[in-house]
Amino acid sequence: MRAVCWEGKRTIKVETVPDPKILNRRDAIVKITSTAICGSDLHLYNGFIPSMEKGDILGHEFMGEVVEVGPMIDNLKVGDRVVVPFPIACGNCWSCQQELYASCENSNPNAWMAEKLMGHSPSGLFGYSHMLGGFAGGQAEYARVPFADVGPIKVPNGLSDEQVLFLSDIFPTGYMGAEMCDIKPGDTIAVWGCGPVGQFAIASAYLLGAERVIAIDRFPYRLRMARENAGAETINYEETDVYDTLMEMTGGRGPDACIDAVGTEAHTPGAAYFYDRIKQATMMESDRPFALREAIMACRNGGTVSVIGVYGGLIDKFPMGSVMNRGLTIRSGQCHAQRYMKPLLEHIQAGRIDPSFVITHRMPLEEAPGGYNTFVNKEDDCVKIVLKP
Amino acid sequence: MAIQQWNEGTRVGSSTGDRRRDALTWNDRSDGRWSPQRSRRTLPGERLAPALGWFSVGLGVAQLVAPGWLSNLIGVQDSDDTRTLQRVVGVRELMAGVGIFTAERPERWLWARVAGDVMDLVLLGAAFNARHADRSRVAMATASVVGVTALDLYTALQLNQQGSDGRRTSRRPEMLTTKSVVVNREPDEVYAFWHDFTNFPRFMIHLDAVRDLGGGRSHWQAKGPGGKAIEWDAELTHDRPNELIGWRSLPGADIDNEGSVRFERAPGGRGTLVRVNLRYDPPAGALGKAVATLMNTEPGQQVSDDLRRFKQVLETGEVMRSDASIHLTPHPARPPERPVPFEPFYEATTATRPAVRSEAPSAAWASDEPANESTSTTSTGTTAPSTAGSRGGAR
Repeated sequence: MRAVCWEGKRTIKVETVPDPKILNRRDAIVKITSTAICGSDLHLYNGFIPSMEKGDILGHEFMGEVVEVGPMIDNLKVGDRVVVPFPIACGNCWSCQQELYASCENSNPNAWMAEKLMGHSPSGLFGYSHMLGGFAGGQAEYARVPFADVGPIKVPNGLSDEQVLFLSDIFPTGYMGAEMCDIKPGDTIAVWGCGPVGQFAIASAYLLGAERVIAIDRFPYRLRMARENAGAETINYEETDVYDTLMEMTGGRGPDACIDAVGTEAHTPGAAYFYDRIKQATMMESDRPFALREAIMACRNGGTVSVIGVYGGLIDKFPMGSVMNRGLTIRSGQCHAQRYMKPLLEHIQAGRIDPSFVITHRMPLEEAPGGYNTFVNKEDDCVKIVLKP
Repeated sequence: MAIQQWNEGTRVGSSTGDRRRDALTWNDRSDGRWSPQRSRRTLPGERLAPALGWFSVGLGVAQLVAPGWLSNLIGVQDSDDTRTLQRVVGVRELMAGVGIFTAERPERWLWARVAGDVMDLVLLGAAFNARHADRSRVAMATASVVGVTALDLYTALQLNQQGSDGRRTSRRPEMLTTKSVVVNREPDEVYAFWHDFTNFPRFMIHLDAVRDLGGGRSHWQAKGPGGKAIEWDAELTHDRPNELIGWRSLPGADIDNEGSVRFERAPGGRGTLVRVNLRYDPPAGALGKAVATLMNTEPGQQVSDDLRRFKQVLETGEVMRSDASIHLTPHPARPPERPVPFEPFYEATTATRPAVRSEAPSAAWASDEPANESTSTTSTGTTAPSTAGSRGGAR
């Protein structure tokens, strides 16, 4: 089959590789009909996530048709149309039973690597480094799906691929980002980052009862999408000071909750960017936490900072004094996607949201390298790329 | 992550104690806790060596940084020549100090210190006869050096003695390790699976086969280096249903080893806490070296990984595989060329169904207002999500 492979920092190739095999009895093989490039794939592309091997198949947002099932799978049959969540979860361990699927205790065979870096291991993920399992990803013609009796959700034929594809990651991730804010009616929520996850975080914040959502980015086309499709007020951080503007907008109190939908490769105008960029390049810290620092400083006393942007390792100049003295709550996590897929699918079916509004580019799988390039350079007003194998 | 590295007791050390007695003591402890801190007679020389190391470092630094001041202190005239000499001796002291702390056999550096002391005494003797020397200060310095020489000699002799003892009794370091894991199954089920030693190769990747010989005895076969099998017979030493299993190798084993595993109900009904104590005593020579390599530089890691697979089998039925993990060496995450045969599947006796949320959508989403039409001034005006509340307690 053809698959998108990571060949090194900023090198992506589409290669011919062996077809996936059933490796465990609870596996299924899916013939992929739609797959997407995630903003977090750009962290891999730029080489900020450790433990990638040359030749790894990328991709963790995919859906398709079941073509083979393992002997222990009785909930799916060949021909079923499914969306696959990006965390791999067994459903049997204590974490899974608490619906903490992204913390599954059994799905990462390389857990020891993650333990060295993070103390404990999260679940395995598709196409996201060896530290998180060494699983082949879904930017390919076929993919092996472990624990197919837990993760994949069947989707009705009435809905198009583009309407349901993002149940795999970014819609649930944005939703969880808003849910972690514990929104009360009348709350003001600020969202850093107007990429696809940010867009869904904005929409979800409104749907969970926020009165006001303020979105922060630097690209006019993304801010426009946040205003026009998700309904946010916007701040362009290259034009105005974010903290001052937020204080002005909220009467000096600050947003009730702040969502970091940016993560490790944040940008900021001015000298601080170069300070952290140099430290990152010289491996003195692994992440550039501008958005996170700003979110903490801006959040109102006693408020919540919800972190759904991906971080890989260590940050510094973390304003812990601000967190502690002002009683902030920090919540974060890779999305426990399995938890949200069914309820969110029902909302799509009911016509309450059409997640396809974030798609700006569609292209065949073979054009993935160009797609990565367009996405990483934010060319051509790119927000979300869908690949068709 | 449920692998709890609680009370991590991995320890590698050469031992002069009676290992058999130690192991029994550990197995017989009624509280089930085993402290890896085992007593071994510590020779006074071992405690003195670091002190002498620090003394070397301190003196060396002083000689390099303030040679004039030091010359004055010991009653020698300060000149370019004595400063150079002080610096040369300072470098020697620093080397000895660093050597004592870092060398595998620090006694060699203590002997270097003894030689240095003799050299210093000769130099001081020469200084005593020099024209501008302060004789009383030189005499004081000489007395100090004599004292330090005696300490150096004593420590070096003691370390020599300890080194030869160590080499006589245990050529390779013994490996002790304690690891634990929480398994989301009842203690009786976890005990039953462990009690059948023939299950071990399913989660201990270095084991080829375990055969039940009857009467509490079993034959073990492990993958050795270069395809050579390592074999031993073992006997059950302890067996308390649902609580404790202990075993040890019988005389004639390629690797002298013993272990115990305890099963405790985890707090809050969260399955079973499984705690493993293991002792390996790799033999001398090439085999011992190979075993040490096999067990990794960090012997506890292998046990941790085995326990993680044990948990996978009991909870999910199989050892979890990924496209990369099926290879022994680093390998790109892409499918294998050929199908990989299954291992046996474990059918749980106390079934836990996969947990997948089947709740209705949260109340906050009950509105039929499309999301992408909401604006900054309108709210969906609904209550907080019911689902978030119900999960709150779980975190």
